Amino acid sequence: MADETINTEVKYSAKDFSSSQDVRWCPGCGDYSILAQMQRVSPDLGIKKENFVWISGIGCSSRFPYYMDTYGFHGIHGRAPAIATGVKVNRPDLSVWVATGDGDLLSIGGNHFIHACRRNVGIKIMLFNNRIYGLTKGQYSPTSEKGKKTKSTPFGSVDFPFNPVSLAIGAGATLIARTFDRDPKHMQAMMKRAADHNGTAFIEIFQNCNIFNDGAFELYTEKESRPENVVVLEHDKPLLFGKNNEFGIKLEGFTPTVINITENGNSVNDVWVHNEFEKTNSRANILSQFTEMEGLPVPIGVFRQETKTTYEEDFQNQINGVKKSRGEGDLRKLLFTGNVWEVNGNGS
Amino acid sequence: MGKTILDLTDVTVRFAGDSGDGMQLTGSQFTNTTALVGNDLSTLPDYPAEIRAPAGTTYGVSGFQLKFSSSDVHTPGDSPDVLVAMNPAALKINLSDLKPNAMIIVNINAFDTRNLKLANYDSNPLEDGSLQGFTVVQVPLSQQTSKALEGIGLTNKEISRSKNFFALGMMYWLYSRPIEPTIEWIKSKFKDSALLAEANEKALMAGYYFGENTELFTTRYQVYPAKLPKGTYRNVSGNEAIALGFITASVKSGLPLFLGSYPITPASDILHELSRHKNFGVRTFQAEDEISAITACLGAAFSGALAITTTSGPGVALKSEAMGLGVMTELPIVIIDIQRGGPSTGLPTKTEQSDLLQAMYGRNGEAPVVVLAASTPADCFYMAYEASRIATKYMVPVMLLSDGYIANGSEPWKIPEPDSIPEIEVKFQTTKEGFQPYNRNENLVRPWAIPGTPGLEHRIGGLEKSNITGNVNYDPLNHEFMVQLRAQKVDNIKHDIPLLEVLGDEDADIAIVGWGGTCGAITEAVRRLRVKGNKVAQIHFKYLNPFPSNTKEVLGRFKKILCPELNMGQLSKILRSQFDVDLVEYNKIQGLPFKSSEIELKFESMTGGNGNGR
Repeated sequence: MADETINTEVKYSAKDFSSSQDVRWCPGCGDYSILAQMQRVSPDLGIKKENFVWISGIGCSSRFPYYMDTYGFHGIHGRAPAIATGVKVNRPDLSVWVATGDGDLLSIGGNHFIHACRRNVGIKIMLFNNRIYGLTKGQYSPTSEKGKKTKSTPFGSVDFPFNPVSLAIGAGATLIARTFDRDPKHMQAMMKRAADHNGTAFIEIFQNCNIFNDGAFELYTEKESRPENVVVLEHDKPLLFGKNNEFGIKLEGFTPTVINITENGNSVNDVWVHNEFEKTNSRANILSQFTEMEGLPVPIGVFRQETKTTYEEDFQNQINGVKKSRGEGDLRKLLFTGNVWEVNGNGS
Repeated sequence: MGKTILDLTDVTVRFAGDSGDGMQLTGSQFTNTTALVGNDLSTLPDYPAEIRAPAGTTYGVSGFQLKFSSSDVHTPGDSPDVLVAMNPAALKINLSDLKPNAMIIVNINAFDTRNLKLANYDSNPLEDGSLQGFTVVQVPLSQQTSKALEGIGLTNKEISRSKNFFALGMMYWLYSRPIEPTIEWIKSKFKDSALLAEANEKALMAGYYFGENTELFTTRYQVYPAKLPKGTYRNVSGNEAIALGFITASVKSGLPLFLGSYPITPASDILHELSRHKNFGVRTFQAEDEISAITACLGAAFSGALAITTTSGPGVALKSEAMGLGVMTELPIVIIDIQRGGPSTGLPTKTEQSDLLQAMYGRNGEAPVVVLAASTPADCFYMAYEASRIATKYMVPVMLLSDGYIANGSEPWKIPEPDSIPEIEVKFQTTKEGFQPYNRNENLVRPWAIPGTPGLEHRIGGLEKSNITGNVNYDPLNHEFMVQLRAQKVDNIKHDIPLLEVLGDEDADIAIVGWGGTCGAITEAVRRLRVKGNKVAQIHFKYLNPFPSNTKEVLGRFKKILCPELNMGQLSKILRSQFDVDLVEYNKIQGLPFKSSEIELKFESMTGGNGNGR
């Protein structure tokens, strides 16, 4: 637990985190699952209900705070990380969460996102990534695949997409993870990790928009195809996947390849063992790029976790340090400082 | 040497040189010493947007003007009595501003072929008779500085950089100013380089003795201390005073001060000043952009801080969406706009008053905010405090307008006793009984319930609200009601601000109406007009939204209103539309403040110069 006040008295239930507002997402939207998992894990995070603050920008995902019975601030497009920074710097004791989408965070809010990561502000960013603009009705987003045909790209988009996990790693986020809307248990585990993390926690959630981009992640979420297309990252465990965990990922230099550990004299000992706490981010970066490499499974789980001082800690420590060395501010001393002179009233 | 000492009541001096010549430093040292002597004063720094424009060019000229007096000073002076010109370009740029018979002190060593050519002079003005009518004093400033610092162990280039201290020393002698405060300043400023400290001190002394010993000056001058009210004084710039005002408001309200800011001229000095005072718990957040600066400020306000953001016009443009969010969420934030010449990047280092309409209306939707304007450098202190008081009492964004002229200019400030400044009472909602996020008190103000308070969990945001519950509501009639309610809330503040005052002749036919930083120039013009026998009144707005409750009545007392503004008539537009008054606009859009003589002339042209203002 970071610096949020630990609750030892009241025992909450998921219902305590459900506000009185009607949830207005489209039936079948992946957001419902994210909301449900958050409400389910919230009672177990050891944080007082009044110390939760949910902040959002604009988009379907950003209606999230209205549905959580905590403090909430539905902001303006893309600016949630900046609003959250203001809250966290002023009140490091609060548990500050950002609900955001791929358009919100990575397009209009790209600047604030990278700078929150750079500073390691102790906020938890939940990116609802459905690779499409939902609320503005179906334009391509910064995570849409190149060539995507949408209302604004009838001939296919010519933009290369962002890789959110690579971006977060590059920008310096200190906990980076990925999960699916269709895997409640895994999502809950990731939410807990974020809650416990001291610093910027970034979780990409593959989320299905059944209206404008239905089935975008089907390959990873359907029972049939999932085992061969998803690898679950677990600390100190080999990267194995497949119906019977028969496949492993081997790292040759900087190149990951898939091997069958039951064939050609391969064994589990040849397989890359995941280490969340690696000193450099090189291997986390390679993992993040699996999505762009033919034949490699999509990783979910924690890519990397790093221990660094947080922005708000350093911020407050500096203030405390100056107070200590100069003494608590004295208003009279401040005003009557510098080249001060007396006028006795008769002008002489 | 027994030179004559002549008493003067007031003097306007302008230092001008290359942007690398240290003219701002020279000017501010002269200012500080003059303040310590007890003169009233006002300053006008004027510098180019380029950090170091090519040496010797006209566009690289940096100037610092200062008026000091044994009586009240309202402006930095219309036309200098003395110009110190460090090179031909500085002479060329400033010549037309000088008083007839003004003294021009030039660095003769800089008047070589190269510099004359750079300044686009066809012939040497010192030799071609073009300076007839002025008292020209030719000082071998570079040469004398080199001589004084010979063998000290500095390169020629380094020695040359001390020549501003030589000029300063000379001016100290000429105006009988003490030299010690600057020596002390040099010692502390250059404490890490004994050699530079020694060089600058030597150059300063050499300049002083040069005045004493040379035959170039036959007279020196003396300006006695001004008859200021009894008290303790210091010299403050507008930006310094704003920073001090917010720290005071933070102490007086018990709220932590949070500043979200992105550097921009001419507002950055507020960020610099506040960053120095972390022992007051001041939280300065240098954001990645203007939008982050204000939205972080909204987050801080939501969580219980006295939250402010400092910027200039282009930054306000970027912040406008977030200001609307502040209006909708009814959070207390203060947006400080140090206006500069626009539009777009415009004239970054020059002054203008052209953001008034932006402040009043520059947001999408019906988004009223409180608009205040500081009138002088010292007034910035009180308006910063006032902006904080109104924002927290009424849960509303407040815009505080200042401008480049007030921000960088300085004047003596009678320091208030902190105990004499009232507390700012802030009450967070802490009890659950009857709590609703958009419940309202008698002033229509909703409660400030901050995260961390048990039982008051609630959501705010930019979507339209139901009154009382704060739930999202798209009902047409609710929207109309809420728009009116937010407007009413701001309008009600008119009962909580001072009434508009009439200065000068209450029974005059013509009133000169101003707002913000033109206060000094108008005050001085009114003073001079009245000395000449005119009847004239002055009205000055520091509260622009809402206007003081007696505004219509006060404006109605006069047959004619003259409204000088450093824009195309923005206050005039607003006054016409709200109060249906007959106005004569007087607009100046040159990046420069008004001279009081300009306002005087305009007034005289309205009255036909018959001297009675009727």
